[in-house]
Amino acid sequence: MDGVALLTIFVLSVFVGYEVVAKVSTILHTPLMSGANAIHGIVLIGGIIVLGSAEGILEIVLATLAVLLGAINLVGGFVVTDRMLEMFKPRKSVANDRDGGSL
Amino acid sequence: MNTPTWAQLVNLGAAVLFILSLKGLSSPKSARLGTALGAIGAVVATVVLFFTGIELDNLILIIAAILVGSAIGWISARRVKMTAMPQLVALFNGVGGGAAGLIAIVEYLHLGDQGDFLFSLFTVLTIIIGSVAFSGSIVTFLKLQEIMTTRPVVIPAGKWITILVAVATIATGVWLFVDPQFWVVLLLLVLSLAFGVLFVLPVGGADVPIVISLLNACTGLAVAASGYVLNNVLLLIAGTLVGASGTLLTREMAKAMGRPLTSTLFGAFSGTTQGGGGPGEERPVRSAGPNDVAIMLGYANKVILVPGYGLAVAQAQSTLRELADLLTARGIEVDYAIHPVAGRMPGHMNVLLAEASVPYEQLKEMEEINPDFSSTDVVLVVGANDVVNPAARSDESAPIYGMPILDVDNAQQVVFLKRSMRPGFAGIENELLYDPKTTLLFGDAKDSLTKVVTSLKAL
Repeated sequence: MDGVALLTIFVLSVFVGYEVVAKVSTILHTPLMSGANAIHGIVLIGGIIVLGSAEGILEIVLATLAVLLGAINLVGGFVVTDRMLEMFKPRKSVANDRDGGSL
Repeated sequence: MNTPTWAQLVNLGAAVLFILSLKGLSSPKSARLGTALGAIGAVVATVVLFFTGIELDNLILIIAAILVGSAIGWISARRVKMTAMPQLVALFNGVGGGAAGLIAIVEYLHLGDQGDFLFSLFTVLTIIIGSVAFSGSIVTFLKLQEIMTTRPVVIPAGKWITILVAVATIATGVWLFVDPQFWVVLLLLVLSLAFGVLFVLPVGGADVPIVISLLNACTGLAVAASGYVLNNVLLLIAGTLVGASGTLLTREMAKAMGRPLTSTLFGAFSGTTQGGGGPGEERPVRSAGPNDVAIMLGYANKVILVPGYGLAVAQAQSTLRELADLLTARGIEVDYAIHPVAGRMPGHMNVLLAEASVPYEQLKEMEEINPDFSSTDVVLVVGANDVVNPAARSDESAPIYGMPILDVDNAQQVVFLKRSMRPGFAGIENELLYDPKTTLLFGDAKDSLTKVVTSLKAL
């Protein structure tokens, strides 16, 4: 894809990203930050692509590290966000969860 | 390099899921759904990548790294205590930035100077932004974990060193265009990492979460730039979305704390961090026992509870709720006053209290409850300090000056449950502790609350 097409996508994404969280309430600042943090964990894909074509020890080591870090960011990000939001469930079901499954 | 059309369409779908995810996270009702949508988008996009027919060498290594990374992420996210959650988010953000920087370095090693001008430009940008996000996040992690001091660290001539390093970083980036050599990449890496550290060191106390949010936006931009380097549209879109929404979120957070972003980031450089710290040695305070506090609370008409980070550290949320339930049973009006940055991050306290099953309706936000303090008999401040410090209103030299606070000093009586006279996270003395209407109950928040609850039951 040529540079201008990518630039177009970039500019439009800026506006979407800005507008989509324009009306967030204070109590959700932390989960939203954490959720956004998880989304940029998709950098994992970039790690897989470079490791897939890496040659030589140095490239392979660095790219493996990139995949590892990307996976930590992606999986950990979504799990920790979900854990935060679990706390916002209505009172009853929180109590039930406690009694039911304590992992 | 040619991605099949169907796979491009799947990536478009993943991008839409990311947008819906952010949208969902902006409202309490749809937040969990939002997280789920984002996770689905990420999994689908990752799995599909393996079937697009791109040549993937080192396949075993790829799978192994994904599995190990996922396990580390999953386990640390499940195991972390809710109180330590902000630093874990900072850490996840840092490793994401590090991944983006590494990708750019590997791609540079691989292609050398075969890339065009824009390729080189975005490679340099990814390395710089990714490394800054990485080292900066590590420093915020160390601060929040209290491995290093939480106060602003002001090194002599720190401002000039930081500017020098910033200029050197940019100069090295330009150098890389003119004379592409590997050791220049290394130099760029080292300088960017140093800049990240220098940038975050002078930020202290309650400003740390704002910086985490800013670094989060930075990582987003690094990922977007790496998307350009790899000619991958999904990375470009996802990274840009996070960069843009993260920037807005950072501004909102700074606004909630009543300070412009610039003073958060650059305030510490001016070195006015010791404000209000001078007096206060050996001044008389009024302390009381749990029994006295129980009597004060038990015969009040209206009580407001102000929970802070100390409550969370002592894991005393449930005991506080028990106290609130007892008071309510005595016909006393009880509310919780939640400062926007109570805890360590905006919304952190709401999460912690929800964990202890405190009903939403009793949680009052600052603007809502501030007018009520003047008609309140007793305010019980548990493990909070900076968010009730009147210095934020009156002392222009205090680092928290201008931050909106809970006006607890308007109440008839104020009771502080504190471990010691040590100042709060921002490191400044609280004059309210010496006020004649203030009573202090020293000890661990959980112990103290348990004793008060016991005394209250005996009333």
